[in-house]
Amino acid sequence: MTSSIVLVILVTSFATYLSRFLGVVSSEKIKETSKWFRWFNCLAYSTLAALIARTIIFPVGALDEASYLVRFIVVLASLLIFYLTKRNLVYPTVFSVIFLSLLSSFYQ
Amino acid sequence: MVNSKYFFQGFSCIKRMDSPAIALGCCFIAIGALLKNLGFSIQESIFSTLLTYALPGSLVMAESLLVGASLINIFLAVWLVNARLYPMTVALMPLLMHESQPRWKYYLSCHFIAVSAWLIMKSNHEKIEKENRIDFWIGIGTATWSVAIIGTIIGFIASDYLNKDMMIGLAIVNPVYFACMMVGAMKTIQVTLSVILGAILGPLFFFISPEWSILFGGFTAGTIAFFVGELNDK
Repeated sequence: MTSSIVLVILVTSFATYLSRFLGVVSSEKIKETSKWFRWFNCLAYSTLAALIARTIIFPVGALDEASYLVRFIVVLASLLIFYLTKRNLVYPTVFSVIFLSLLSSFYQ
Repeated sequence: MVNSKYFFQGFSCIKRMDSPAIALGCCFIAIGALLKNLGFSIQESIFSTLLTYALPGSLVMAESLLVGASLINIFLAVWLVNARLYPMTVALMPLLMHESQPRWKYYLSCHFIAVSAWLIMKSNHEKIEKENRIDFWIGIGTATWSVAIIGTIIGFIASDYLNKDMMIGLAIVNPVYFACMMVGAMKTIQVTLSVILGAILGPLFFFISPEWSILFGGFTAGTIAFFVGELNDK
């Protein structure tokens, strides 16, 4: 292993673990019935939703190659399949890979 | 140390209908291929997933390496994108804490906090007595962590056979899986509003500050959802 890559991995891991560690420290003083807990619950869900929406609308990496329209069609169709299959998560995820690969090769 | 009955009960989550295995596997296959293209060896790729185990953080690390960012810049960029793990931990750990359990379990197992494991634990915690939840959680975390590591290895080995369209296809699985899980979790006013407002405000704040958009958008959306939910309960 080259030392610079190992160093980058260690820095990345530390930056990631820090938020998790501080979260446990804070949790020691928060009861699950408290308003603080409910507020953090809302923050967790909203931050995740913001992250997912950003990944779809302003993607980084390979997804950037597919157009907005194609991404939206695939996500909406997958959500529809999620409901039609009584909230099964396997069908929409498998469908999304095949559908997006097909659409992106078709709309080049 | 760890109650094997609850550990394996948690571990078996990867076999169920709401299994994160496919979504997680696909994401980390893409990460494995990406790391190989960046010049990582297979050991370094495994080491990265093993220690970081957070997809957006790994992507930011890869991006930063490409542009030759300094270590301090990499630290700040990764910390910023993974800061969402803080509210996620605070929204989960109080559900798992029990005085009969040793503290080290919480400080070690918090490494498993990532969207997939977190959403599974949130939707299943009520089925397990509080005393045993931490062992159940360690089982879920070990399962998802293992899938991520295996995915990275497959992606690294298969990278030469993955063309551009396949990489695009793999990249959509993660947001689709999480979007479905989030929509499935919308059972109370507070969570429903948090998800809808977060999905709107996150991208909107991107126009003000791309780096801070997730945190600002998430904070604003979550706080509004909290107050609306509290007022509604009165």
